[in-house]
Amino acid sequence: MNRSLPGTPFHARTAPLVEGQTWRRWAGYVVASSYELHHDREYHAIRSSAALFDVSPLFKYHVRGPDAVRLMDRVVTRDVAKAKVGQVLYTPWCDGAGKVLDDGTVSVLSPEFLRLTSAEPNYRWLCENARGLKVTIEDTSDGIAALALQGPNSRLILEHAAGTSLANVKFFRLTNALIRGVPVTITRTGYTGDLGYEIWMDAEHALPVWDALIAAGAPYGITPAGILALDVARIEAGLLLLDVDYVPARKALIEQQKSSPIELGLDWTIGFDKPAFVGHDALLAERERPAEWKFVGVEVHWEPLEALYTDLGLAPRLPTTAWRTSVPLYAADSDRQVGYASSGCWSPLLKKYLTLAHLEAGSADVGTELDMEITVEHRRKRARAHVRPTPFFNPERKRA
Amino acid sequence: MTRSNGRYDAIVIGGGHNGLVTAAYLARAGKKVVVLERRHLVGGAAVTEEVIPGFKFSVFSYVVSLLRPEIIRDLELPSHGLEILPLESTVTPMFSGDYLATWPDADQTRREIARHSLKDAEAYEEYSRLMGLMAMAVKPIISMIPPDPTSLSPRDLRGLLKVGTHFQSLSEKHFHLLYKLMTMSSADFLDEWFETDVLKATKSASGIIGTFMGPRTPGSAYVLLHHYMGEIDGAFRAWGFARGGTGAISESIKRAAKALGAEVRLDAEVTKVRTKDGRATGVVLVNGDELEAPVVVSSLDPKRTFLTLVNEADLPAEFVSDMRRFKIRGSSGKVNLALSGLPDFTCLPGVGPHLRGAMSISPSLEYVERAYDDAKYGSFSQRPYMDIILPSMIDPGMAPPGKHVMSVFVQYAPSTITGGWDNFKRDAFGNAVIDAIAQFAPSIRNIIVEKQVLTPADIERITGLTEGNIFQGELALHQLFFLRPSPGWAQYRTPVRGLWQCGSGTHPGGGIMGAGGRLAALEILGAAS
Repeated sequence: MNRSLPGTPFHARTAPLVEGQTWRRWAGYVVASSYELHHDREYHAIRSSAALFDVSPLFKYHVRGPDAVRLMDRVVTRDVAKAKVGQVLYTPWCDGAGKVLDDGTVSVLSPEFLRLTSAEPNYRWLCENARGLKVTIEDTSDGIAALALQGPNSRLILEHAAGTSLANVKFFRLTNALIRGVPVTITRTGYTGDLGYEIWMDAEHALPVWDALIAAGAPYGITPAGILALDVARIEAGLLLLDVDYVPARKALIEQQKSSPIELGLDWTIGFDKPAFVGHDALLAERERPAEWKFVGVEVHWEPLEALYTDLGLAPRLPTTAWRTSVPLYAADSDRQVGYASSGCWSPLLKKYLTLAHLEAGSADVGTELDMEITVEHRRKRARAHVRPTPFFNPERKRA
Repeated sequence: MTRSNGRYDAIVIGGGHNGLVTAAYLARAGKKVVVLERRHLVGGAAVTEEVIPGFKFSVFSYVVSLLRPEIIRDLELPSHGLEILPLESTVTPMFSGDYLATWPDADQTRREIARHSLKDAEAYEEYSRLMGLMAMAVKPIISMIPPDPTSLSPRDLRGLLKVGTHFQSLSEKHFHLLYKLMTMSSADFLDEWFETDVLKATKSASGIIGTFMGPRTPGSAYVLLHHYMGEIDGAFRAWGFARGGTGAISESIKRAAKALGAEVRLDAEVTKVRTKDGRATGVVLVNGDELEAPVVVSSLDPKRTFLTLVNEADLPAEFVSDMRRFKIRGSSGKVNLALSGLPDFTCLPGVGPHLRGAMSISPSLEYVERAYDDAKYGSFSQRPYMDIILPSMIDPGMAPPGKHVMSVFVQYAPSTITGGWDNFKRDAFGNAVIDAIAQFAPSIRNIIVEKQVLTPADIERITGLTEGNIFQGELALHQLFFLRPSPGWAQYRTPVRGLWQCGSGTHPGGGIMGAGGRLAALEILGAAS
């Protein structure tokens, strides 16, 4: 018997590219951490040419029927009824207490056909909320393959591959196309904060699409890229990650591990005017109270960081990959811990040390000075930092 | 307590794991202790014996699930040889030729259950998490000396307050869940979660192990929870298979006890607890020897302690009636097989990771419930529920190279079988077990070198456990916490001053847990100071 976790539908193409056998797990699949031994080139492709990511492990659900929009509106916080066909919504969804269960996207493929993507399995949750509604719910996680093509050249490459103009596909809109005869849905979405697209297709036709994109992209520097490169880009883009930046309510062992969308800086996704959705009342009540926690960007200052190392005769050591641990943040020059960073990286593009952090609301205003704990030569030190708005990196081309 | 030659501070009757734990804790406190074991080896129902040359059987108890981490820590058991190896998967063969597996990894398990039901695959993760949380919630109760709710003593009131405060700290949702666990049948409880019959059947099995209940008997859901307790101290790996078999656990506790100064006497059966003026003063051995101590601790089950070792005249009549009524019906048997090779299961042919975990013969809820029906009406199950492991796949030292041992826990084999157990019935029972395995691994018969069939009567004869009940008394709600084994006598004391109890028949009860042994020792030491 074979218990091995499966590769994705692109495995036949990606496997030969992984130079150091650096595989990692993602939602029950194995995917590449990086293809080359170092992920630097893959990262820079995102910002300078185009990076091709295999994002097939995302969970995907097809919701069809006259009540498809009603179901989605019951579950997610965004107002799906207001969305037009061809629109894609980023949205979290909550339990009855208004604590975040998961986040993902809703694509409105037709008035009665929606696609939900998520980081965690959600089939049972959708079914439970669909009682009494005229909908069918299909778990298409294994059946649908997905690629993300991200970077300044992504549009050119995709236009060549699909033989069609994408000029009219605005940010968070979608279109249907054929690539090498394979029907695909192209959404202008991604997890990098750059110009980029995600391409959705039947798993059995995945390989021709990969081949077409590689062929069309070769003159434009298309580069298969792994999760390590993606992780740096998403921090620069200020995009949060389930299990890293928040504990989904279902997995929380104690109450204080849970977060509301408001505490995660996702107030803008809450359709308070909707008649009802799971967690609506709790969120309405929370909106009336002063916030306790905020999710913000924090930049570590260069000079004090450098000084911690030069004092010991060392050059500054910067994280070579994004980290995903909890790092304490203190009020400046104080022993009072006011929060913690949950992700951080050195931005090779911006040349800044960036983190995403949970802070007590009183210490979360932009510009507030903080000290971040940092271990230098086995000793715990603190480096000055300050609160910044996210995204840290937000190029014109993302929306243009 | 004072020391004098030939006299002890405390005598522990029975060298099972609880007796040894009590002795070790008393010795650790500087007491002069002796453990008296009837057999030629310690362990009680946790023994490893080379019944067939070269093949080592964990004769009775076969996995360790609940051994308290504080005991492992306090007695430094790893330095005395305790090594617990992982036993993490469960595979249930189905009549259709398919199977259901749960693996140690969440992704693998989700993919596997999703083959049967997508919803159940997701529900399973939530169920496991919630049961873990519930076990966490109940854990402080397990680790405390049960307060008497009818007592007004400051200590009992403090204890009750602790229990009350603890339950108040539970969220409403968790409190409701706990209430359901305390009252429902495991089948009904699992119906609320899952739709896949074979999954419910397999999960329900942990609600019936060692009890005289079926999956549809109210109260069996608590036993589900009882079995989850072992899974919460993950880093200690309290769940698994002891290297060298379960006897190795007993041996490690024995070594710890001896290192702390306790004496362990084998082949030393106690026939009577001696009393004077309503006080225990010592014991009489079968060879006529008499030992004296102001503290006598029995690790035997309540019936054997109070209806055999103690003179009934020394006990209040009501207490004697309680002990007579104490439910202790044995319901399980054990078959140990020496095998010339590995069994081949139709659902997963050949060698694979499934052979390193448990194989659960629980293809449907109806199958398990029907197995119970047989027992309810006085016979062993024609098609029993079985929990099978191959210890030699986990610890190769258990069998000669290339050969294997198979441990088959079988339910139901009622102690109360019509007409009583005899050799003929034992043979028929053994054959029914082999037939039931052959349903899913037809070639099993070809590889059996020898078999050891143990009925509840055999378990009683060898270990002394009344009616062969592995928990020293049913884990039913009316026999738990401040009612275990009897109202008013749940704090390890007995109506005979100086006589204490520390076996599984006391709170918190069954499994290789050791909690009763530890709490009894702490209580004895507390009373002395």
